[in-house]
Amino acid sequence: MNTAERAVVLELRGVSRVHGEGAAEVHALRDVDLTLVEGELVAVMGPSGSGKSTLLTLLGGLDRPTSGEVFIEGQGLAELSTKQLAAMRRRSVGYVFQDLNLIPTLTAVENVGLPLELDGASRRTARRTALRSLEDVELVELADRFPDEMSGGQQQRVAIARALVGPRRVLLADEPTGALDSQTGEAVLRVLRKRIDRGAAGLLVTHDARHAAWADRIVFLRDGQITDTTASDLSAEALLGSGRHV
Amino acid sequence: MALLMEGPRHGYQLRAEFEARTGGTWPLNVGQVYTTLQRLERDGLVEGAGEADAEGRIAYVLTTAGRAQAADWFTTPVDKTSDPRDELSIKLALGVGMKGVDIAALVQTQRAATLRQLQDYTRLKRQADEAHDLAWELVLERLIFSAESQVRWLDHVESRVSRALRAEPASATATDADRVRS
Repeated sequence: MNTAERAVVLELRGVSRVHGEGAAEVHALRDVDLTLVEGELVAVMGPSGSGKSTLLTLLGGLDRPTSGEVFIEGQGLAELSTKQLAAMRRRSVGYVFQDLNLIPTLTAVENVGLPLELDGASRRTARRTALRSLEDVELVELADRFPDEMSGGQQQRVAIARALVGPRRVLLADEPTGALDSQTGEAVLRVLRKRIDRGAAGLLVTHDARHAAWADRIVFLRDGQITDTTASDLSAEALLGSGRHV
Repeated sequence: MALLMEGPRHGYQLRAEFEARTGGTWPLNVGQVYTTLQRLERDGLVEGAGEADAEGRIAYVLTTAGRAQAADWFTTPVDKTSDPRDELSIKLALGVGMKGVDIAALVQTQRAATLRQLQDYTRLKRQADEAHDLAWELVLERLIFSAESQVRWLDHVESRVSRALRAEPASATATDADRVRS
């Protein structure tokens, strides 16, 4: 499907974020435009201090821009009260970090169902929906295990399941494979990619080119600005000559 | 020769198998295959296995010497025959310090292009994985690792060059000061 036909899930319009004032003023982001549609995974690369973390916090509604607008599933975040914003985050946005993603005293399925329970769902409904989400990351058989009974890669898959449980369609990931070995990291990305293909949008902050390559687009940030974007749409034939037909 | 270790093959079969296993990354023409077979036959490494088939194609097998050499190939490391004319290295070596060449832009343009390649290889690898095509997947991983290493090298070049540029005015001042002192 052409990206033009797909629903816009996340959008930044002319977003800037300035920290501090006067001489101490730091422009963390400068006039950034970015749109993510359903089924799209976008990787963000850039040196430290380039604005990657600011971008994630603004997209997740954890901070407000100095100027410009952020939209999640068509809803402008500026129009929401703090309380409405919190509800929006619970229902729409999930985070996956490098580590410490899960609550150690809850099982996998309880961790995944937690945002639903916090949003008022009954324990039973939360469990049923959480199990479906664990199925999506091929981990339903470990539903009743505690985090310390799972490998690092399995824990990250649980975190992905929680990030996109129920109605949630926005996944924001900050170095989600940073603490994993190369093979496990790749297995996590494979699951993440599949889950997003089935109808979500994801923003992946990473410094690892091999991991960024799983994205549809790679965006470079430097000094708070998007300096470049790469997208892959070559056919295998164009890439490797005519010998192969994929 | 390695493919002949698995039994008699004629030229077309050898080409088809080679390309299937390497995903067409290094396309062969059948003429090349037959020329090679003739050379190997001359050197006593392969021989015809019986009569030509209905289409006039002769299958080849390895001789004892050929079998030994093919086995040897698998147990010997590949010579360091890296591309003697690495264009990117030459471009950077010539561009550094040359007026009017923006190294940062050069690095970024190259990095974006290499990342795009990396994205393409990764997409093909996903397909190869779904098709359980291990040989093709390994070839793609080779390309992926090599592209990744280029990106890492470019990151390194970028930081080295920007550090050198920042250091430059200071060293110029030191030289001037030295000159004044002497």
